[in-house]
Amino acid sequence: MPMSRGVLCALAGFVLAVFSCPGPVVAGESGVASPSPVDAAPHIDAALAAPRIDAALAPYIVGAKRSGYVYALPETRAMQDDEIMNPGFAWVERGRGLWTEVEGANGKSCASCHGPVESMAGKAVSYPKWKASMNRPVTVERQINFCRVAAMKAEPWEHESPQLLAMTTLIKQQSRGLPMSMADDGPMREWIDRGKALYFARRGQLDMSCKHCHDDHPGEKLRAETLSQAHVNGFPTYRLGWQGLGSLHRRLETCYEQMRAETYPLGSDEYVALEIFLTDRGRGLPIETPSVRR
Amino acid sequence: MFGKGAALLAVLLVLCSGAARSAEAPLPYQIVGKGVPVPLSGTPGNAENGRALVASRAGGNCLACHAAPIPEESDHGRVGPDLRGVGSRFGAAELRLRVVDPKVLHPDTMMPAFFRAEGLNEVAAPFRGQTILSAQEVEDVVAYLMTLK
Repeated sequence: MPMSRGVLCALAGFVLAVFSCPGPVVAGESGVASPSPVDAAPHIDAALAAPRIDAALAPYIVGAKRSGYVYALPETRAMQDDEIMNPGFAWVERGRGLWTEVEGANGKSCASCHGPVESMAGKAVSYPKWKASMNRPVTVERQINFCRVAAMKAEPWEHESPQLLAMTTLIKQQSRGLPMSMADDGPMREWIDRGKALYFARRGQLDMSCKHCHDDHPGEKLRAETLSQAHVNGFPTYRLGWQGLGSLHRRLETCYEQMRAETYPLGSDEYVALEIFLTDRGRGLPIETPSVRR
Repeated sequence: MFGKGAALLAVLLVLCSGAARSAEAPLPYQIVGKGVPVPLSGTPGNAENGRALVASRAGGNCLACHAAPIPEESDHGRVGPDLRGVGSRFGAAELRLRVVDPKVLHPDTMMPAFFRAEGLNEVAAPFRGQTILSAQEVEDVVAYLMTLK
């Protein structure tokens, strides 16, 4: 992907911003603050310093927006980039098998209507998408189940089931590298606002909102975790901590659990609204499915 | 560094009606200026236990956001200020308020109130009506922080 001058400038600005930040020092043996932050967190510097001059990051930075890819360790990024090493491609392959599998009373597979899966190229960039016939927005997951029920007369797949994860990953992977460009007009506006309200609402015993980590402190360390800007362009994502691939809704649930907050069912309107707000917020970032994260 | 509204909080009585994690009944506490001068419990804080609470994920988990002189723990957070020297920068009353409810001083902070059970939203059932730390644990943490000169 070509790198524009604007992107280069943004990258250079990021480098300066990070290097000029005094940053707290890490705990030493004594109770006295060390005057030198040089060895504060060598793993951070190793992780972020090298790629700061790495043109390969440019496609993952759009203005002030930085994909989680930018905050990932170099070895994690390398794993994502290599289709053999990227564990998420096991779900892509599984999805390919399901694409042509005939199911349901109508005796159809996905391929019966859509032909080869490559026909899905570019489709996922506009999701979640308003579906007038249902009078609601649909995620890729919900659209898949809509097809299964309406066109195939098959049972819908459970959210987070291996099948739904595999098919979602396969379909989104057909748009890998293309910028997210969901419609933000008409009835979608209301859903964006609903998700935004959730994003900024304090909740749980820890009484935090999403913005407290992801707007106020991206790039900073929360224990061993480097906080990201909470972009959704890589989902479903393979998380090393999960030893598996999961949906955005599962990730949202994990955040809520960490805040000791009530969670919602996966696929619920609350998570859909958050997904819509976050998709609008990350507009322009390229789809990375299946991404690999810590 | 304090919010301008803090000066208005000359004396504010806060009644904590929620149950603390421990069996003891939560005591009301009094904010005076920018601090809580009176300890929350009758037993003096135990700095050693406070240190363990600061480090423990199930306790205060302060290291999630703050660095502290606890070298046996790896991966100290860097989101909040380094705790080294915090006992020189603040007195016990000020530290106590910061642990009890830092939003009194900094309304937009991401730091949780460790001794508040009321006025929270969508708290998961196992934690509902409970403070993160008990009154005695707050005192233990304050006692530890006061050793960080």
